Amino acid sequence: MTAATVTIDRGAPTRPRYGSMSRDRRWAMRWSYFFLVLFAIFFLTPPLYMFVTSLKTSAEISAATNPWWVFHPTLSNYIELLTSPMYITFFRNSALVSIFVVTITMIISVPAAFALARMKFWGSAVLATGVFLTYLVPDTLLFIPLFKMFAVFNEWTGIQLINKWWVLLIVYPTLTVPFCTWIMIGYFASIPKELDEAALMDGANYRQILLKIFIPVALPGLIAATIFAFTVSWAQFLYPLAFTTSPDQLVLPVGIITTLVRGDVYNWGQIMTGALLGAAPPLIIYAFLMDYYIAGLTAGATKG
Amino acid sequence: MVDAVISDARAVDTPRKKTGLRRMFQRKSTIAFLMALPLILLIAGLVLYPAFYAMHLAMLNKSMQRFVGLSNFTFLFKRETFWMVVQQSCVFALTAVLFKALIGFIVAHFVHNIPAKGQRKWRGMLLIPWVIPPAMSTLAWLWLFDPSYSAFNWIFVHLGLPAIPWTGDAYWARFSVILINVWYGAPFFLIMYLAALKSVPEQLYEAAAIDGANWWQRIWYVTLPMMRNIIAITVLFSTIVTFANFDIVQVLTAGGPVDKTHVFATWAFRLGIQGGDIPLGASVSLFMFPILAICAIFILRDIHRRGNEAS
Amino acid sequence: MAQVTLRKVVKKYDEVEAVSAIDLDIADKEFVVLVGPSGCGKSTTLRMIAGLEDITGGEIAVDGEIVNDVPPKDRDMAMVFQNYALYPHMTVYQNMSFGLRLKSYPKAEIEQRVQEAARILDIKDLLDRKPRQLSGGQRQRVAMGRAIVRNPKVFLFDEPLSNLDAKLRVQMRTEIKRVHQKVRTTTVYVTHDQVEAMTLADRVVVMNRGRIEQIGAPNHLYHAPATRFVAGFIGSPAMNFLPCRLEQAGDGLNIRLSDKIKFAVPAERVARYRAAVGKDLTFGIRPEHLTEAKTNGSKNLASFDAGVEVVEPMGNETMVFISIDGTEVCCRTDPNAGAKVGSPMKIAVHLDHMHLIENASGLVL
Repeated sequence: MTAATVTIDRGAPTRPRYGSMSRDRRWAMRWSYFFLVLFAIFFLTPPLYMFVTSLKTSAEISAATNPWWVFHPTLSNYIELLTSPMYITFFRNSALVSIFVVTITMIISVPAAFALARMKFWGSAVLATGVFLTYLVPDTLLFIPLFKMFAVFNEWTGIQLINKWWVLLIVYPTLTVPFCTWIMIGYFASIPKELDEAALMDGANYRQILLKIFIPVALPGLIAATIFAFTVSWAQFLYPLAFTTSPDQLVLPVGIITTLVRGDVYNWGQIMTGALLGAAPPLIIYAFLMDYYIAGLTAGATKG
Repeated sequence: MVDAVISDARAVDTPRKKTGLRRMFQRKSTIAFLMALPLILLIAGLVLYPAFYAMHLAMLNKSMQRFVGLSNFTFLFKRETFWMVVQQSCVFALTAVLFKALIGFIVAHFVHNIPAKGQRKWRGMLLIPWVIPPAMSTLAWLWLFDPSYSAFNWIFVHLGLPAIPWTGDAYWARFSVILINVWYGAPFFLIMYLAALKSVPEQLYEAAAIDGANWWQRIWYVTLPMMRNIIAITVLFSTIVTFANFDIVQVLTAGGPVDKTHVFATWAFRLGIQGGDIPLGASVSLFMFPILAICAIFILRDIHRRGNEAS
Repeated sequence: MAQVTLRKVVKKYDEVEAVSAIDLDIADKEFVVLVGPSGCGKSTTLRMIAGLEDITGGEIAVDGEIVNDVPPKDRDMAMVFQNYALYPHMTVYQNMSFGLRLKSYPKAEIEQRVQEAARILDIKDLLDRKPRQLSGGQRQRVAMGRAIVRNPKVFLFDEPLSNLDAKLRVQMRTEIKRVHQKVRTTTVYVTHDQVEAMTLADRVVVMNRGRIEQIGAPNHLYHAPATRFVAGFIGSPAMNFLPCRLEQAGDGLNIRLSDKIKFAVPAERVARYRAAVGKDLTFGIRPEHLTEAKTNGSKNLASFDAGVEVVEPMGNETMVFISIDGTEVCCRTDPNAGAKVGSPMKIAVHLDHMHLIENASGLVL
């Protein structure tokens, strides 16, 4: 047997592909960044423009100079609004409504989610689907009958519901509770059943299981649901527009639009400032708790 | 070995007996029922009842004294504005949802392509439109579209292009409404699709690449099938929400010019609250219902199917 | 005192019977292991004892009192789960003290009990850590600590070692035994691993398809299995089973394994087996009772020649696989017996340890 000779063919290049694959990836990344910048410009222009305008005086706005730049920045718009009692009232109403609604929503959603996720009872499957479907009945369908219902209630009991800011506490939960319950069901369901059983063996009753085990473990979900409830309450426009009319009862979105945006001369500097301040609370919460925000969104939909 | 001494200082705990299995069952399910009761009451009283009440209201006359059957509806059918509203609502919803989903899908891919550390930053920036209350951001757009001071027109004029009557002309107004809607809603789709993209196993793409698929084929044969469920759910959800949208149209155009941008919600508001004709307003908003119901049926069917596949 | 008694306990899921009328008496301080393949009903039985599953029929009594309707939290039992089920948001100390805190025990006593349990399990320096910072073995010890601290009447273990790697499993097995010797509490332990059952149990309960096959001390089950299932389940490597026939041979009986292999039944068993002549039978013999034939003939030893097919040297012994009429048979030989693949070997059968199984009933005669 002749000794086998192994010839190594150095003619054909053995690995040119490596280079071109990472080059492909780099090009893909460059294009990605390019388009991301474009889309970022698209998405961020309005809020940035709001900010730019808020720093302008009326004079500068009507002078029709470059609208994208502030030549004589001023904080006068901010100061005027923040010291205006009307604006403060709007802000206060919004804050009160939102905080109360968040509390009410959590009180309703969390036990209901616990019951639906863990305890089987008659009709629980129906209720779970029902919660889901409620989300599909929009406020734009309900506001008219609710308006009439409040008027009728007023006739019966003499309690004035229309044009009081706390009537919103009754209607806002219809917007927040279904989705929050849905989120919490998802989070609660992902807690392993063995944890329940260990707690049962340790001697806990259901109330203790909920308070001491489920809520701490599902805290991220709770935070996400709270953020969601707050943001929805703060941004609500239709219900307050329909149900409240006097300036001292208005919440922020309605207040800005109905009081600042009227007549022939709009003070856009102030309007933009007002809008920006109105958008501030959700934005601030978002800046600090972004991960919970996003987790809540994706959990609610994908776990559904 | 020393035996462990664990002192037993507690009081004797006699086990409480239940005198029947059934009673134990009842206890657990009654607790559960009570816990869910506020939710049930909320839904029954503030969602279901008003919905049915709306149907009743729609069949009364303007001063709500007499029962007039379907005459409100026949009245609406004869009005040209009504059919315009129907057409506008449908076109808005379908166009907006299509673009939102498309843009969300495309941008999700871009965000997915960049290294993980940067993704969080970009994701954070790109979601901002959805965080701002729509009424507020529509004000910003209103200002951007202002007939005299539009910042966009300023750029156009500088480039020698004609200024655009964003809210003045009917067709441009419709375009503007859709644009704002897409601007507001696309980030939501972005977040959803980004999460879904991450859940597609990398190995599937590698297998496809080895099989010779280019980027387009990879999307068509790997990404889209894996994301079918989330796409269906988000599109259906968004269709419902977009269809019932109020804030954007109301703030931007209040339905104008000449009712050319009215959707069901704003027109119902105009007729019902501003015009004082509650039954007519109720009739208008009720027209949304069949379309919403169809979407809901599709969603339910999809969930059931998904549930069966999963089990 | 904590005796646990099960009387005709039945568990049905809709129409399917997961556990069929089992009777079991567990004495105080006894370590009983329920063992069997997946789906045999052992976990279900354990959970019924714990109160986590409702009992469809029959009674479970602790110290003479029926506990069918008593909720788990009032049964004074503690359970160690397969997946540890530690509360992820609490430290080890809080996990272990949770049950006591629920019952409002004084702080000083909680401290003392937790420290004592931590000492027994050697986890004192882990008390401030959270579960996610612990390894599998450490988590399992914390789970046991949580059970010990409550000083319950009964310990329940639900396949606690299944999630650990093999080496850790052996280690933890010894730990559990050591803990039981220190803290002498009645224990019911469920596993599918017969080695765990044999090494840990005072008595083993072999279950199959919802029924109890046999109850007994490990050695008894090993040497005197009552059914074919128990014979094949206990012991590793498993018992060899060969179809066989009983033949009359004068006053005695012969067992015929194949055309070429037969041997005489030991005299003391002839009477027992006589009734089975002609029936469908299986011959069962453990590998260690099939050895190389030594020249010094012991009593009740039969031998035959067989062709060696596979040889597995284990160091202290060599496993030799032969074939009898197509059935693979495992034999244990001395490492120096010189088994070689392909060459024949004389195998001795220790007939004192043979088992004859009636196929129709599955019972060992």
